[in-house]
Amino acid sequence: MANSELTAKTATPLARMADAFRRGLDSDVFHSFKHSPVTIVATVVTLVMIGASVFANLVAPHNPFDMATIDMLDSELPPVWEEMGMSKYLLGTDNLGRDVFSTILYGSRVSLFVGFTSVVLSMVIGIALGLIAGYKGGLIDAFIMRVAEIQLSFPTILVALLINGVMRGVLPPSQHADLAILVLVLSIGLSNWVQFARTVRASTLVERNKEYVLAARLIGVKPFFIMVRHVLPNVMGPILVIATLGLASAVLTEATLSFLGVGVPPTEPSLGTLINVGSDYLFSGSWWITIFPGAALAVLVLAVNLVGDWLRDALNPKLR
Amino acid sequence: MLKFIAGRLVQSVFVMLFVGAIAFTLFQFVGDPINSMVAEDATMAEREALRERLGLNDPIVVQFARFAGNMATGDFGFSYQHKRPVSDLIVERLPATLELAGLSVVLALLIGIPMGVYTGLHRYGVISKVFMTLSLIGVSLPTFLIGILFIYLFSVILGWLPSFGRGDTVQLGWWSTGLLTASGWSAIILPAVTLGLFQMTLVMRLVRAEMMEVLRTDYIKFARARGLSNRAVHFGHALKNTMVPVITITGLQIGSLIAFAIITETVFQWPGMGRLFLQAIRQVDIPIMSAYLVMIGFFFVVINLIVDILYYVVDPRLRIDRAKGAN
Repeated sequence: MANSELTAKTATPLARMADAFRRGLDSDVFHSFKHSPVTIVATVVTLVMIGASVFANLVAPHNPFDMATIDMLDSELPPVWEEMGMSKYLLGTDNLGRDVFSTILYGSRVSLFVGFTSVVLSMVIGIALGLIAGYKGGLIDAFIMRVAEIQLSFPTILVALLINGVMRGVLPPSQHADLAILVLVLSIGLSNWVQFARTVRASTLVERNKEYVLAARLIGVKPFFIMVRHVLPNVMGPILVIATLGLASAVLTEATLSFLGVGVPPTEPSLGTLINVGSDYLFSGSWWITIFPGAALAVLVLAVNLVGDWLRDALNPKLR
Repeated sequence: MLKFIAGRLVQSVFVMLFVGAIAFTLFQFVGDPINSMVAEDATMAEREALRERLGLNDPIVVQFARFAGNMATGDFGFSYQHKRPVSDLIVERLPATLELAGLSVVLALLIGIPMGVYTGLHRYGVISKVFMTLSLIGVSLPTFLIGILFIYLFSVILGWLPSFGRGDTVQLGWWSTGLLTASGWSAIILPAVTLGLFQMTLVMRLVRAEMMEVLRTDYIKFARARGLSNRAVHFGHALKNTMVPVITITGLQIGSLIAFAIITETVFQWPGMGRLFLQAIRQVDIPIMSAYLVMIGFFFVVINLIVDILYYVVDPRLRIDRAKGAN
């Protein structure tokens, strides 16, 4: 232990990183990770899906948005293993002759992008309001927490729909399609900040009265610095858990909004849009257009949720 | 007791004012309403006269008070899109949504409670494991996807049940019901199951957890020692004591049920409130949006209030906890 402290002080940044990595492998959290096969599978699935969607333009066998490569004659072809399937379209083609596997990859990219950015937005809003409420106390605290309570008593999807509706009202109709993703990120992000704020506030209330914060105050450290440098690091664990579970619910909310037709436009489809468009073709028997994007969504959400659940237990010292 | 109820009432009024303020603010975003009401060549004087007549020159507080008064008396204004009073539209659509939500609650309880009792009693049984796994899958699948799967299975492949609409309805005064015709019943089954599935798993898990807890208590051991039959112990003593939280949670969930009906109604093209609201969002039909917001807010507040008071009345332990928590 003393040895590693010594090297950490004197060694090069690279050696320091290697040291941190070695210590990471030795930690409780990694130990519990190694002994949970479900979590390992879920993590691998999550990483593969994120990787495949980020590099969709390299991984996907076709570019579904390149009109030149799309053949309308190939529309509504079933997956390979069905009678009419063609080997170049693994999961079949949709009504426009686009390869379903490729549209899923590009669609997950949109879904995950919206999911990540809206979680970051909720996190920033929630942490800021939670720190202010917990540190300042009094009337500001009461106001922020009442608003949070009211918002929490309504389901997320309803809040997101409302914010979405208001923003459509504010923006001129001609810009709806261009700004759809921004509107979506804002409405999901604004509907999910409450949990972050409540967690951060609770921890801030505990930390605020500790002696080191008092000491920092006495030597004249500014409140902003105390909050960010001293209080915030103590709540990073729970925040990470909420963010992971929040990603799953954000992806789900995005899919639901897009399915309801108030999300991303069909020109830039997410998984929800694909399911929505595909569901019209169920009656003609082309189930693969909607079932495969649906399965991708369900697997992604389930995997992220499992990782989040594990993280919650692993970071909870009471359960060790 | 009276103080507690008064406190909750004040809080409810505060929530309604907050919701009302949001609904009121919606109108401020959509620009000058005069522009859409007067002819192109109207003079400034005419515009000003109309503005004065509509009270748009009054202080914002006065306007909000008038708005709140209108809302409280059920006057929600005119829909931009349908060119009809919003209250008429709501009266037309409300029965469909309430029947759907009501039936799904009944289904959730009727199926969820027995499943919960069974899994609670036979914790390691094969069927219990199947139920638990199914419920986990049910929770992680989004509502709209479950609806689509149901349509594909029961309407497209098997052709048993219709995939859209309400079937034939019968008019009972202002209430149009689909529950008096065969086609109405066959149309409501799929949407009601889809909507109730989540509550069903919730009820099942809750009953299961409560049963397992109650079965460990001393009075159950004593009841067994007295030689009561399993049936009397399980249903007469154990199940009865699990019902308080089940009723509470189910009550609290009714609000979200109405909200989630938006999705179910879209999947099954069910002519209810949710679809009305969704169309309003797509078309930026502010009067409908604000009316829906106020109505849903009212539902939530009333349900929460009733549940809070019931809880307080039913469970004496809570009174002590609350008093401690407040200090």
